[in-house]
Amino acid sequence: MFSSIKLKSRIAVFAIAAVLGANAQAAEITGAGASFVFPVMSKWSADYNVATTHRVNYQSIGSGGGIAQIKAATVDFGSSDAPLTPEDLAASSLFQFPSVSGGIVPVVNIPGLEMGKIRFTGPILADIFLGKLTNWNDPVIAAVNPGVTLPDLRITVVHRSDGSGTTFNFVNYLSKVSVAWRDQVGVGTAVRWPVGVGGKGNEGVAAYTKQIKGAVGYVELSYALVNKLNYAAVRNRAGNFIVPSNESIAAAAASAEWATSKDFSLVITDAPGADAYPISATNFILMQKSPKNPANAKQAIDFFTWVYANGDDAATKLGYVPLPDALVSQIEAYWAKNVK
Amino acid sequence: MQAPAAQHPAAPRWLDNIGDWLFRNIVAVAGWFVLITLALAAFSMYWGGREAFSEFGWGFLVSTEWDPVRERYGALVAIYGTLVTTTIAMIIAVPVSFGIALFLTEVAPPWIRQPLGAAIELLAGIPSIIYGMWGLFVLAPLLANNVYPWVDEYLGPWPILGALFRGPPLGIGMLTAGIVLAIMVIPFISSVMREVFLTVPNRLKESAYALGSTTTEVVWNIVLPYTRSAVIGGIFLGMGRALGETMAVTFVLGNAHRISASLLAPGNSIAASIANEFAEATTPMYQSALLALGFLLFAVTFVVLAIAKLMLMQLKKREGN
Repeated sequence: MFSSIKLKSRIAVFAIAAVLGANAQAAEITGAGASFVFPVMSKWSADYNVATTHRVNYQSIGSGGGIAQIKAATVDFGSSDAPLTPEDLAASSLFQFPSVSGGIVPVVNIPGLEMGKIRFTGPILADIFLGKLTNWNDPVIAAVNPGVTLPDLRITVVHRSDGSGTTFNFVNYLSKVSVAWRDQVGVGTAVRWPVGVGGKGNEGVAAYTKQIKGAVGYVELSYALVNKLNYAAVRNRAGNFIVPSNESIAAAAASAEWATSKDFSLVITDAPGADAYPISATNFILMQKSPKNPANAKQAIDFFTWVYANGDDAATKLGYVPLPDALVSQIEAYWAKNVK
Repeated sequence: MQAPAAQHPAAPRWLDNIGDWLFRNIVAVAGWFVLITLALAAFSMYWGGREAFSEFGWGFLVSTEWDPVRERYGALVAIYGTLVTTTIAMIIAVPVSFGIALFLTEVAPPWIRQPLGAAIELLAGIPSIIYGMWGLFVLAPLLANNVYPWVDEYLGPWPILGALFRGPPLGIGMLTAGIVLAIMVIPFISSVMREVFLTVPNRLKESAYALGSTTTEVVWNIVLPYTRSAVIGGIFLGMGRALGETMAVTFVLGNAHRISASLLAPGNSIAASIANEFAEATTPMYQSALLALGFLLFAVTFVVLAIAKLMLMQLKKREGN
C-alpha cells in the first residue's frame, strides 16, 4: 500500500524532472580561471540561472589555468587577474575585457595598535617586503604615522606561497613605486621573495598574519574584513592616504586610463585619481575571437551583459567593486567589434 | 547421512592445470603492476622535468635560487628542508615509538594494552590536513609564545649548536614541521614495533626471567636482538612517510625558499613546493622545474630506502642468518 504510493510519487518526480530537462533552450556555458572571482561568479551564475534558466559553470583553477584552458578552447571563457598584452591576445586570437574590481590590502598584526590606524606609502611597503625595514619602530615608518606609537617589534613579512593574481597585482604596485623592487624582484604571479614566510591562499596569509606578532601581509579586502584583520591606509599617487573601501577602489577603477588602453590591457594599481586606492585590481575575461561553439560564446556575452546590468549588488555584498558605467559602455563597444 | 562422494566428482586434471595457470598469471600481473607503475611514474616525472634538468644540469641540485620571474630554478632549498624536517621527525619519533611499543608489550597491565593500542591505530587514521590545521592553530602559537622564546634565549648563545636555535620565535618553521611530522609517523612506527615485539616467543622471555633477568635486561638482551631487523624496517616505513608528507608540512613549514641555519626559521620542502606552486605554474620551465622536484623526491626516497635495505643486509650477515 505505502510502497505503491511511494512509487507513484517517485514516478511523478521523474516526470517533472524529465519535463524540466527537456527545456532545450537552457544553454550551459563553462568558464575557468582566477579563484579571486569564484565567489562572485558562483553568485552571478545562480542569479542568472534564476533569471534566464541558462547555466554558467565556473571552475576556479587559477589564472594560469584559465589562460591555458581558453587558449586550448576547452572552455567558453577564461579568466585571469593579470591582463594579457595585445600581442599575446592576437597571437592566440583572443579578446579580453574586465569583469569586476577588488582591492588588495596590507594587513598587520601589531599588539596594542588600534584598528585602521596604521598608514603606509608605496616605497615603505616595498622596503618592508624587500627586508630593508625590519622593525616597526623605524623612524621612516613613524614619519608617516604621526600620533601613533609603534612598538619595538621585529617585522615579519607574510606572502603567498602559491602563485596568485593577488600577488601579481600587489608586486605590480610595488614595482611601480620602487625601482629597487622592480630590479631585484620584478613582477609575476609568484616571485622570489627576499624575506618572510609564505601562506597558501588568502586564508593562509590571513592565518599566519593573525598568529605572528609583528606580521605584515597582503590579502583581498573581503578577507581582511571577514577575518577582522587590522588593515592599512596607503598613500596614492596624488599624495593622499586612502583607506581601502568600495568607494576608493571604484575611484581607482574610474580614474585608470581605460580609454587609451588597447584591449583593456591595463593594471589599475597606482591609479591617478585623488581618492583612488592605489592597490586596486581588476579581473579579466578572455574569449576566443572565432569560437568553436559560437552559440555558447554568444551566450557568454549575454551572461556578462546581464552581469553588468544586474550583478552590481551581488558583487558589492561579496566585497567586490562593480565596474564604472563609462567602462561598461566601452566594453560593449569593444564587443561589437570583436564578437561575430 | 553423508552424501556419497560420487555426487561431487573431482574436476578433471586438465581443468585443474588451467585453473592453476590462470591463478599464477593473475597474481603475477598484480605483482608486476606495482613495479611497472613505479617505473612509469618515475619516468614520467623525469620526462616532465627534462627541460629543467637540461637547462640547469647538475646545478639544479645545488642551486638555492628559486625565481619564477627570471625563470631560474634550483632544488637545494627544497631537498634541504625535506631532509631536515624528516631528520627532526625521526629523532623525536623513534625513541617515543620504542617507548610506546615496549610499554604496550612488556610493561603495561593487560587491561590497558587493548585501548592504548586502539588509540594509536586511531592516530594513524587521522587525515594529514587535520594534523596541519592542528599544527598551525594550536601547536604553532603554543611554541611561539611559550617554548621558542626560551629556546632562543637559553640554547641560542651556545657555541656552534646555538646557531640551530637562534632567531625570532615565529612558531612556524622547520622545527615545528619536524614535531608535527613526528606525531604523524609515531603511530606507524610504534604499531609496527608492537607487532614485531609480540612475535618474540614467550619461551625465550620466560627463560630469561627464570634466570633472574630484570625487565630492562629482557628488553635489551632478548626482545631487541630478536626483532632488530623488523624494527629498523618499521622505522624506515615511517621515514618514507615523513619524506613525502605534504599537507601538514605546508601548513607549518612557512614555505620560504631560503636555507637558514636556524631550525626556528621557515623553510620549504619538495612536497610542499609542488603542492603550493603547481596550480599556477604558468610557464613550461616553471612546470618542468616542479616535475623535476617530483623526480628528485622519488630519488631521495629511493636512496634512503636503499640505505635501509643495505643496513639490514649487513645486520643479517653479522647475525649469521
